[in-house]
Amino acid sequence: MTDRAQTFDTVARLIAPFNKKGVALSEGTSFQSDLEWDSLTVLDFVANIEDEFDIIITMNMQAEIETVGQLVDAVMKLTAKA
Amino acid sequence: MTQTALIEPETADLMTKFDGLIAERAALLAAGVTDPFAIVMDEVRSPTEAVIKGRETILLGTYNYMGMTFDPDVLAAGHAALDAFGSGTNGSRMLNGTFRDHMAAEAALREFYGTSGAIVFSTGYQANLGMIATLAGRGDYVILDADSHASIYDGCAMGTAEIVRFRHNSVEDLAKRLARLPVEPAKLVVLEGVYSMLGDVAPLKEMVAVAKQHGAMVLVDEAHSMGFFGEHGRGVYEAQGLEGEVDFIVGTFSKSVGTVGGFCVSNHPKFEAIRLACRPYIFTASLPPSVVATAAASIRKLKHAHNKRQHLWENARALHGGLTALGFKLGTETPESAIVAVILGDQNQAVAMWQALLESGVYVNMARPPATPAGTYLLRCSLCAEHTPEQIKTVLARFEAAGRAVGAI
Repeated sequence: MTDRAQTFDTVARLIAPFNKKGVALSEGTSFQSDLEWDSLTVLDFVANIEDEFDIIITMNMQAEIETVGQLVDAVMKLTAKA
Repeated sequence: MTQTALIEPETADLMTKFDGLIAERAALLAAGVTDPFAIVMDEVRSPTEAVIKGRETILLGTYNYMGMTFDPDVLAAGHAALDAFGSGTNGSRMLNGTFRDHMAAEAALREFYGTSGAIVFSTGYQANLGMIATLAGRGDYVILDADSHASIYDGCAMGTAEIVRFRHNSVEDLAKRLARLPVEPAKLVVLEGVYSMLGDVAPLKEMVAVAKQHGAMVLVDEAHSMGFFGEHGRGVYEAQGLEGEVDFIVGTFSKSVGTVGGFCVSNHPKFEAIRLACRPYIFTASLPPSVVATAAASIRKLKHAHNKRQHLWENARALHGGLTALGFKLGTETPESAIVAVILGDQNQAVAMWQALLESGVYVNMARPPATPAGTYLLRCSLCAEHTPEQIKTVLARFEAAGRAVGAI
């Protein structure tokens, strides 16, 4: 399994508890329009992602992330730097 | 030369985005309830009593913690300034809008907080907006509590710094995030003494220690604690022994002080530079002379308001204890501040209960997501030093009746 696929799986595992409607996840799944998350859910989820990967995703970066694929890319970039 | 047909483009209506909000409000009103966000005070008789739609109402949802709004000395100061300086300043603090009483209010603040600097803004919202957006620039970091007030979030959004959030009141979460940030950039940790939705107090002592350990400066918003936390009434930071450890204190005149306006106090030797750079300070009209005169008079009196402090805490304990005994679920286990938040199941129950209270002559605040943490619906009570034990008793009886009527207890 590639590093990216592994990161995708970890992200998917962390999405699961908040995926109330059981939406099937793909690279293009949108947090807002597909998962229909409100700002409080995003907050909880982002904190969990940050702690899992020991990174910081600033609110400035969060504003640019719309899909699961974009989040995986951001996590890859941030963990590579660390 | 070709003639281009004139096609009138259809105007895209910018107001369409509010359709959801309009529909939600219409549905609420269609259920026959009073709009919780359209209350009019027809008369205000004292810090704790008003007339709403012809009904005498006990005010239990204002931020008039210290009951200064009808203090005779405060009113006299306002009248005198109104007569001597007119109704407004017609200008910015930076140009023609600084009058004698703006200086008096800043002097009163320096004395109250024991700081070398004080800057008065036109509202508390603008004080946070201006301080945060101006202090933290490109490449700097602002680290804020997830439950921060809108003015703090908006200060972050207005500025150019990198913004990092930590879980509400979690020292561990703050420490983890600070440890992950690069060492070199300047950092500002933004905290509140009392969080206004649930009325819970921050563990400032531990948080400020963690911030200092990581070389961050600290700004604390003490809007909901001024006048009754700490020996001099300076706020939660004073009550937790942090005198001299917090770089910037932001506060407001619209709560304990009893008028309107905002401020920041600091001992930083370069603090005055904020006046030269802060857009929400520069590009707005300054407060009217009567407002700053009432603020200055009120702050001077708050310094010595030991009896009021005691009454306020007695009232908070009585209401918290009474509501707990009735079986209501509250935002804090113990009375941590002058805010007592009753947690309800959903919007319908909250609105029904809010209306039942209003019809029995008690006004409280209704608060709903996204303003509230964890998507809760709250009836927020805030105490006043001037509430009498009889009023608290009356309020508790009305809470009991309303709570039973809607099935909340």
